[in-house]
Amino acid sequence: MASEQDIYEEHVLDHYEDPYHRGPLNGATHAHEADNPLCGDQIHIDLKLTPDGKVVDAWFDGEGCVISQASASMLVETIEGKTLEELQQFSAQNMLALFGPKLTPNRQKCCLLSWRVLQSAIHSPLNPSDDELGGPSFSGPSLGEES
Amino acid sequence: MPTLTHCRDDFPILQRSVADGIPLAFLDNAASTQRPQSVINAITDCYERYYANVHRGIHTLSEESTTRYEKSRTSLARFVNAEHDHEIIYTAGATAAINTVARSWGNENVTANDTILLTIAEHHANIVPWQQLAASVGCRIEFLPLQDDFNIETDAVRSALERFQPKMFAFTAASNVLGTTFPVTEWTRLAHEHGSTVLIDAAQSAPHQVMDVQAWNADFVVFSGHKVCGPNGIGVLYGKEKLLEAMPPFLGGGGMIRRVTTDGFEPAELPDKFEAGTPPIVEAIALESAVEYVTAIGLDEIEKHEQRLATHADTGLRQIEGLRMIGPETRDRNGIVSFVLNHAHSHDVAHALDASGIAVRAGHHCTMPLHRALGTSATTRASFYFYNTMDEADRLIAAVAEVQKKFAPTGRKRQPRSSG
Ligand SMILES: Cc1ncc(COP(=O)(O)O)c(C=O)c1O
Repeated sequence: MASEQDIYEEHVLDHYEDPYHRGPLNGATHAHEADNPLCGDQIHIDLKLTPDGKVVDAWFDGEGCVISQASASMLVETIEGKTLEELQQFSAQNMLALFGPKLTPNRQKCCLLSWRVLQSAIHSPLNPSDDELGGPSFSGPSLGEES
Repeated sequence: MPTLTHCRDDFPILQRSVADGIPLAFLDNAASTQRPQSVINAITDCYERYYANVHRGIHTLSEESTTRYEKSRTSLARFVNAEHDHEIIYTAGATAAINTVARSWGNENVTANDTILLTIAEHHANIVPWQQLAASVGCRIEFLPLQDDFNIETDAVRSALERFQPKMFAFTAASNVLGTTFPVTEWTRLAHEHGSTVLIDAAQSAPHQVMDVQAWNADFVVFSGHKVCGPNGIGVLYGKEKLLEAMPPFLGGGGMIRRVTTDGFEPAELPDKFEAGTPPIVEAIALESAVEYVTAIGLDEIEKHEQRLATHADTGLRQIEGLRMIGPETRDRNGIVSFVLNHAHSHDVAHALDASGIAVRAGHHCTMPLHRALGTSATTRASFYFYNTMDEADRLIAAVAEVQKKFAPTGRKRQPRSSG
C-alpha cells in the first residue's frame, strides 16, 4: 500500500494549489476533454499548435482528485515547445515518471487521464480546416520529420 | 447504553491491522460486510463433510447437501416472513434477482404503452435492467426526484402514481448513499391502489432492519447475502407465489425442468423453475448461518446501534467547516453517512483515511443519476454495521477533519520547472 506521504509530495500539492495554465485558452486550435466515470475526474485540454505542429500554448481545466489535477498541470507545463512527434512519443510510462510518486494501479488511472486527453486533443482540431494536423494524415512520418 | 461490540470477537478479519499496525476500522459495510466465524465454519464444514450436488444424487452426500440446501430456504423464508418456502428463489445476488424480474415478469407484462416508475436514488442494479427492458419492449421509465432534504415525500409518490399509472414501481427500501429509508408498506399500498406491481430493493435494509414481506405486501423483494454477513455469490428473490407461477422461467438449463424432449421442455415447479443449473449450494447453507447469526443478535438492536453510530458521526462531521453532508438531518435513517469536502476530492479523502486504517468508499457508489441530481460526481461514504464502535466513529470524524486541513489551500507556490 502506498502510504499517504508517498503520493502527496510537496511538489504535487504545489501543482494542485497553484496550477500551471489552468483555464480556457483563447485562440486554441485543438481541444479535447474526457472523464473517468469511475471517480468523476474530468480534464479538458486546449492547445495552440503552429501550422507545422509545435505546441505554442497549452492550458487545462478540470475537476477531480489531487492526482488528476496536479498531473494535468505538470503535463501542460512540460509539453509547451514540444513537437507533435515528441508528444506522440510521450508514453504513459513517461507520464507516470513526470508525476513522480509511485501510484497504485487505481490511482494511475487518475494520473493518466490528462495524458489520454492530450493524445486525443492533438487529433481534435477546433476548426476542421486545420485538419491537416489531425487525423490519419499526421500519423505519417513526414510531419514529424519536418518539425 | 447497550453496545454490540462484543460481537467483534466473532469476526477474525476485524482483528487485523492495516497501515503500520493501526487497527482496521472497516466502514465500508454498504458495499459488503464481513463474516463471523460461524459462517466461515459453515462453509468449511460443508466442503469437509458432506458437499455434493443437490437434487441429483441418490447417494448419502447428495441427500445431505439437498436437505441442508432446502433447510436454508426454509430459514430464509422465515427471515423475510414469506408465506411459502418456494417463494424464496436463490439467485447470484440482488442484481441477478432484479434482472430475473425485469426479464421474466417484464417481458410478459410490460408493453410499449407502459411506464416503469423508479426513484432517482436507485442503485444501477435497479435502473439498468429496466432500461434494458425498455430497449426491448419500448416502455417508458420515470424517476421520482429527490427533495432538498434528501427525502421523497409520500405525496410526491402518490401524484407520480396518479400521473404515470405505472405497471411497475421498483424502489429501494434504503438508499445506499443518503442514509434515507423509505416507508415501504405505505408506498406499496399506494402503488397497489393505482394498479402497479411493486419490487422492493432490500439490499440495504435486509442487513439492518426486520423484514416482513407479508406486512409490506410486496410483490417482489430482493437482497444479497454478502451484505448481511453471508457469502458472496448468493442473493434472494422473494416473489408472491401467484406472480412467480405465472412467470416464464428466466434462465434455461438443468434443474429448472420437469421434462425435456427434442421438441421442447416443460418447466419445473417453484422454486426450481427459477434455479437453472447447479445452484450456490455452499453459499445457501452459509447464508442460513448468517441470518441465524444476525437474528440472534436481533435486527432491532442492530438498527438502533447503527443509528447511534451514524448519528454520532453525522453530528461530528457536520462541525467540520466546508463539509457538505449528503443525507437527511432527521434521525429517521440508517447507518450510512456520505459527504463531500470543499478542499478534498472523495478519492483523496478515501486514500488519506486508508492511511489512518479507516476503510470507506469513494466515488458514485453505482448511483450516477443520483449523483448528477445532487450536483456532484463523487462522494465519500462511511457505512456502519453492528460490529463497529463509537471509537471508530470518533476516529472517522478526527481523520476527516485532518484531511480537510491537509488539503486546505495554504498559499503554496509551484516551483518553476527546472529546464533541461
Ligand atoms: C441498494 C442496492 N441495490 C442493489 C445492489 C446490488 O447488489 P449486488 O451487487 O450484490 O447484486 C446494491 C449493492 O451495492 C445496493 O446497495
